[in-house]
Amino acid sequence: MTHMDQTTIVPGTQNGDKHLVENTEASSTAPAMVLQGLHKSFGAQNVLNGIDLTVGSGQTLAVLGRSGTGKSVLLKLIIGLQKADSGSIHIHGQEITNASLEEMNEIRKKMGFLFQHAALYDSLTVEENIAFPLRRHTEMTAQQRSDRVKELLASVGMEADLKKMPSDISGGMQKRVGLARALALEPGILLLDEPTAGLDPITSGEIDELILKLQEEREVASIVVTHDLHSAKLVADRIVLLHQGNTVMEGTFEELEKSDDEFVIEFFKRDS
Amino acid sequence: MSYRENIPGRWISPSTPQPEVLVRSALASIWNPINSFLEWFGELGIFIWQVMRSTVRRPFEFRELIRQLDEVGSKSLPMVAMAGAAIGAVLALESRQSLLKFGAKSMLPAAIVFSIIHETGPVVTGLVVSGRVGAGIGAELGSMKVTEQIDAIEASGVNSYKLLAFTRILACILMVPLLTLAADFAGIATGWLVDTMAETISLHKFLHAGFARASFSDFLAPTFRTAVFGLIIGVIACFQGMRSQGGTEGVGRSATSSVVLSSLFVMLADVILTKLILVFFP
Repeated sequence: MTHMDQTTIVPGTQNGDKHLVENTEASSTAPAMVLQGLHKSFGAQNVLNGIDLTVGSGQTLAVLGRSGTGKSVLLKLIIGLQKADSGSIHIHGQEITNASLEEMNEIRKKMGFLFQHAALYDSLTVEENIAFPLRRHTEMTAQQRSDRVKELLASVGMEADLKKMPSDISGGMQKRVGLARALALEPGILLLDEPTAGLDPITSGEIDELILKLQEEREVASIVVTHDLHSAKLVADRIVLLHQGNTVMEGTFEELEKSDDEFVIEFFKRDS
Repeated sequence: MSYRENIPGRWISPSTPQPEVLVRSALASIWNPINSFLEWFGELGIFIWQVMRSTVRRPFEFRELIRQLDEVGSKSLPMVAMAGAAIGAVLALESRQSLLKFGAKSMLPAAIVFSIIHETGPVVTGLVVSGRVGAGIGAELGSMKVTEQIDAIEASGVNSYKLLAFTRILACILMVPLLTLAADFAGIATGWLVDTMAETISLHKFLHAGFARASFSDFLAPTFRTAVFGLIIGVIACFQGMRSQGGTEGVGRSATSSVVLSSLFVMLADVILTKLILVFFP
């Protein structure tokens, strides 16, 4: 049975919409994310040439590669911000490449996305930024929402900056607030686009520790796009190295380190 | 050696374009702008469809709508009122001279009132709002687009067309007619002030003379025409903002093109709607 077969469309009663409802049996056994033969090009430029990846619940996959190899595009395809030219993406057994906007929005509620530059809403305070998904997708009272925001901010060490505007905090702090916002709805999947880029080693270490804590406490399936080999070694169960839209190698950090592939050697040598 | 042999032959550089290349490039220079023009309209159509689709689904973003009503309405009010007042004063000064020449000085209040409520009030309001609100929306959404804030909204499962575009478009549709009333009021008030400074006339008498021959349709149709101006300003500014790309330069381009295009379409719509109003409300 394919993943597509495991997905059923049931006429929902909520708002009179149709909701994609996962087959519970399928969702409990299926990996959190399965990407098969993903192709994406922009005009004449092929960015991804048939990527296959699988990430199970509680696993963290680090995606490495040179700039412009389509790492961020890969994350945007998974969350549906861009459409793949061909191939399939299954989230908890549910095929999403042909999902409508409404169906995709339902799936997105189960995912958290940390953008490369945090992408905090600059007209809202830190508190309002984190409350944004809670206000829209939960029935929480104002007090419950406020408590949840404080709890999330405390988990990223930012509880003192509740009322600050994004422009008043540093890049590292923005990343932490972005991470807290991504975690607001307790997603089963986390997509992190260069979470430690441009941060000092201490802040990078704190972000890494946060990701590790999430793995332990919440069994979150994560894909971390990074250039930071140290961070990848620390947080990822497996690493995939992309080059010119293709997977060069996939394995543990130690496996990649011992590889005799020229590109892998070059990549690791440059970093060390 | 003959004289002719000493004349150097016409040297053709190997890099000189061949005729067919020149023709192709000439055709491309004609076709590319047409193609971009058609592409722009196609994308605009898709954008409008996405916004329309989003309007019928819950939740109805009332909080954001109220914020936008304030942003478009109350924050534009001083500028619109000042523009209306200036137009009223100029009309009174200019019309007085012209009507005196034709011995029709008594028609001055009617001339001011009619030209303000029929044409100058709606058009000036449309153009002022195009400038202030169009640039504001274009720059705000453009900036949100290039800093991935719109992507972040979508990634959190919220329809950005409804939250950002629909609320702003609806705010423009609702507020531009109200702002037009403010411009009309300010224009008529300063028209009377200027008139009474030249030759004393009571406000009551001025208004009575001004509105003596005005019917409800004289007032209603031109004012509601501005709802269409609001629609145009909102749609163009949101569209230009949400398709912004290329960093701060792109944001600047979005803001500029929002103002230029919405002003252009407001003027075009004014011509068409004036003709329609004259047909249906003669």
